[in-house]
Formats: sequence, C-alpha cells, structure tokens
Amino acid sequence: MAAVAAKFKVLQDMGVEVLSVSVDSHFVHKMWQDYELSKMADGGVPFPMLSDSSGNIGKVYGVYDEDAGVEMRGRFIIDPDGVVQAIEILTPPVGRNVNELIRQIKAFQHVRKTKGEEATPSGWQPGKPTLKPGPDLVGKVWEEWKVESAF
Amino acid sequence: MKELKVGCGKPIGSTVGLLANEKETKEQDTNKEVVAMTRVRVGKKAPDFEAPAYQDGKFGQVSLSDYLGKWVVLCFYPGDFTFV
Repeated sequence: MAAVAAKFKVLQDMGVEVLSVSVDSHFVHKMWQDYELSKMADGGVPFPMLSDSSGNIGKVYGVYDEDAGVEMRGRFIIDPDGVVQAIEILTPPVGRNVNELIRQIKAFQHVRKTKGEEATPSGWQPGKPTLKPGPDLVGKVWEEWKVESAF
Repeated sequence: MKELKVGCGKPIGSTVGLLANEKETKEQDTNKEVVAMTRVRVGKKAPDFEAPAYQDGKFGQVSLSDYLGKWVVLCFYPGDFTFV
C-alpha cells in the first residue's frame, strides 16, 4: 500500500481516487499507518483504508480466501460510471506494479475520451499510436502497428 | 467520508442494495459460492458497498457510490503489517 501511497499525487492529478480494503479493523489501520506506513511513504497512506472484517465485500469481489480468512491482492479499476474496467488478482507473496496500474488507467481514460473510437494496443503508453477499429482495419493491423512498439 | 461514531462494537463492511443477480441467487439458491465468485466482471457495474474506514486521523464510513463520477482504484490486500 505504501507504493500506491507514494504515487497518490500522480493518481490524483489523473482524477483517480484510491480505496484500500483488508479484513483488519479500522483501528489496526490507524496503528499500521502510525507505526509503519508513515515511515515508508511521505505522509503515509492518504486515502481511506477500509475495514471488511467479515469478508462480505471481498466475497462479492471474488478475492476472499475462506480458508485463510484474508483477502487476496485484488485490484479493480472502476470508471466514473461505476463500471469495472480492469481486474488483477495476485496471491499474497507477490506485490503489484503501480506503474502498470497507472499505464492501464491512462489507456482506459484515453479510450473513454475518444468515446471508444480508439483502442490502445499492447504495451501502449501516451503518445504511442492507437488503433481505430473498423472495417478498414480488418487484416491490416500488421501495417498499422508493429510488435516492437509494445515494449 | 461520513463520520463514524467510535464505540466498543466492531462495525463491519457490507454490500449495499440488491445486487444485479441476487434475484437469480434466490431462485437458484444451490451454488451460492459460484454465484458470488462471478458477480464482479469487467464491463459490468461494480457492486456498491459501505465500510468503516480510517483516513487522516479520523474514522469514517465510506461507500463506493460516494465516488460515482470519478475513477476509482479499489485495492484489496491480505493484511496490515504483512510483508509485501
């Protein structure tokens, strides 16, 4: 969570809000913030840290592990209409990549801005070419887009 | 963030309102777990929820629906004071 906190300003500038959720109580969230997170990221975690001690929310989102009684690393990108645009779920030992999160949101924001007329190919970054799906593009992607631009 | 009165009882988070396929669940009622696992999908509405939260030295109550009109990143994680 400290890594997301460190990039919170970047996310805010993109018009993005963050909510974190675990089965810990909001009291424990306070202790974690005071004793550890505040030492890892400047100012600690600035966004709301939610408590889902019953796992009720995690169950509906498909991230609650009944056997362990904890929630897996589920990350959901939700657009301004409340629609889920992206889901990533990792088992606990592997952390997320905040840069990839930011890249995906930029891509979804670009698609939304063009009202879905443009699509962002693999590895797209702002400034890189997009594709305009339509009858003329069928079978022509190889002319419009090179695999190397994915990396 | 709505204010949350701090008491000795432990408030819990929960989903809000009738979920899109809750009716379906009631009718079928056989494999609840499978239905729950498939409720959230890309391209579909994120189920609303409400939960107690900590932010900026305060306790409050947060709903996903408070954030309609904004992009939201919702991050679940295994637990406070874990290592990754």
